[in-house]
Amino acid sequence: MAGVTGADLGRMARRSALVVVLVAAWELASRLHVTTDYLLPAFSTVMRRLAVDIASGQLPLALAATLYRALTGFVLAGAGGVVVGILIARVRLARWFFDPLVSVGLPMPKIAFLPIFVLWFGVFDESKILMVAFSAIFPVIVEASAATENLDRILIWSALGLGAGQRRLLWEIALPAAFPQIMTGLQVALPISLIVAVLAEMQMGGEGLGANMMQSFRFADSPGVFAGIVAIAIAGSVLVKAMEMVRRRLLVWHAEAEAH
Amino acid sequence: MRTLHRFLPLLLLALLWEAAPRLGLINSDSLPPLTKVAAAWWSLLRSGDLVSNGWSSLQILVAGLVLGVVVGAALGVLMVWYRPIDDLVNPLVRALYPMPKSALIPVMMLWLGLGAASKIASIFLGCLLPVVLSAYNGARGVDRVLIWSALAAGASRRAVLWEVVLPAALPEILAGTRNALALSFILMVSAEFVIGQHGLGYLISFLGEGGAYDAMFAGVLTVAAVGFFADRVYLAVMRRALAWRE
Repeated sequence: MAGVTGADLGRMARRSALVVVLVAAWELASRLHVTTDYLLPAFSTVMRRLAVDIASGQLPLALAATLYRALTGFVLAGAGGVVVGILIARVRLARWFFDPLVSVGLPMPKIAFLPIFVLWFGVFDESKILMVAFSAIFPVIVEASAATENLDRILIWSALGLGAGQRRLLWEIALPAAFPQIMTGLQVALPISLIVAVLAEMQMGGEGLGANMMQSFRFADSPGVFAGIVAIAIAGSVLVKAMEMVRRRLLVWHAEAEAH
Repeated sequence: MRTLHRFLPLLLLALLWEAAPRLGLINSDSLPPLTKVAAAWWSLLRSGDLVSNGWSSLQILVAGLVLGVVVGAALGVLMVWYRPIDDLVNPLVRALYPMPKSALIPVMMLWLGLGAASKIASIFLGCLLPVVLSAYNGARGVDRVLIWSALAAGASRRAVLWEVVLPAALPEILAGTRNALALSFILMVSAEFVIGQHGLGYLISFLGEGGAYDAMFAGVLTVAAVGFFADRVYLAVMRRALAWRE
């Protein structure tokens, strides 16, 4: 840390200042009873509640349920989206069929279909996971088909000229070359998965962070609501950060990695 | 003819939707035939349910979205313009940005009760951060030379902000607003699902719980169509607004 100067330290201090001040103000406001404990339980109360929920196993279970639903749906959307995207780019019939569906489906508010998923698949994991996959698949399709379409023709011709078969072309040339943009689609799909998983739980119940927050709200248990949002916020940023790390790891060979 | 060919797959799906329940391939409770859904849509429109709930949805959507875009764009540009604001706000924005926005709804219900205010606040907060980040990136990308020349030519800092920085950041801000538009529909529908009482989301879940599935499908299709066309209209307006750059 030889490069750290006084100015850097000052900047770092200022950068964490607002967060510290906000937390202090939060604590102080509720200690001084600026509002009621119901509207704003003290920061320390919320933290203690988080600790209790972690120790009792309730929070880890809820987190596991939410992550299971969000990530299973995300994986389905990722795999399905890449396949459909590549098909759109390479097969004319697939383009004819899927292109209008995707251009209507991408900007449409998919969450409105939630009651239909309840009707078709019930209120358990299955329907939540499918709802997540349905919401998250469109950006993956769009990026995967664009990535496949933008492949460098010379790259493909050279591979074919060197005697690569269709299968090797797909696995060793096309997919790696399209991968950065496919990753971009996945990075859009991941937060959507989490948003929709939490929403589906809020609406359908059945454990999970979203369901627990609604439960806490109904019982006027405001520390529970605040503990819930803190847990969800942390889970969200850990997932997004993890995805960025995966991108950097997997794309070490790519030109974009050199910028880091 | 070309549009027909292009949208033929949608037409085929619509035909399949009509035929499958009629032929008994699918239980017509799970999927009412499309014509029944259309009839249900017509009676929802005649009864005024669609109009009154649609009006309620439109109000909270516009209120939340406009607030989110205006405040978000201002904050994002100011973060670039005044370094201290950037230092203070940036860590908070980055920490909160990945938070699943839907988690805000219960907190808003706690603070603002079960009414329009919580719905508007959820939409506002959900739209805010994407717009802040896009305005921040847009304003940060403004060519320094442009700013220096404007200042050297005697423009005041305020004039530079309004006439150089803001127009240059506009494309990014408008792109961020498109994301915010999509988010605002998601948050509107889900806040109405959860909070109820008014709005298209409430109408859909009310009809579904009552077993009026043809009307429920009509409501879902309405929301999907409105969301889709809102995006198309926004895109057209955005292209028009950016025409000066060509």
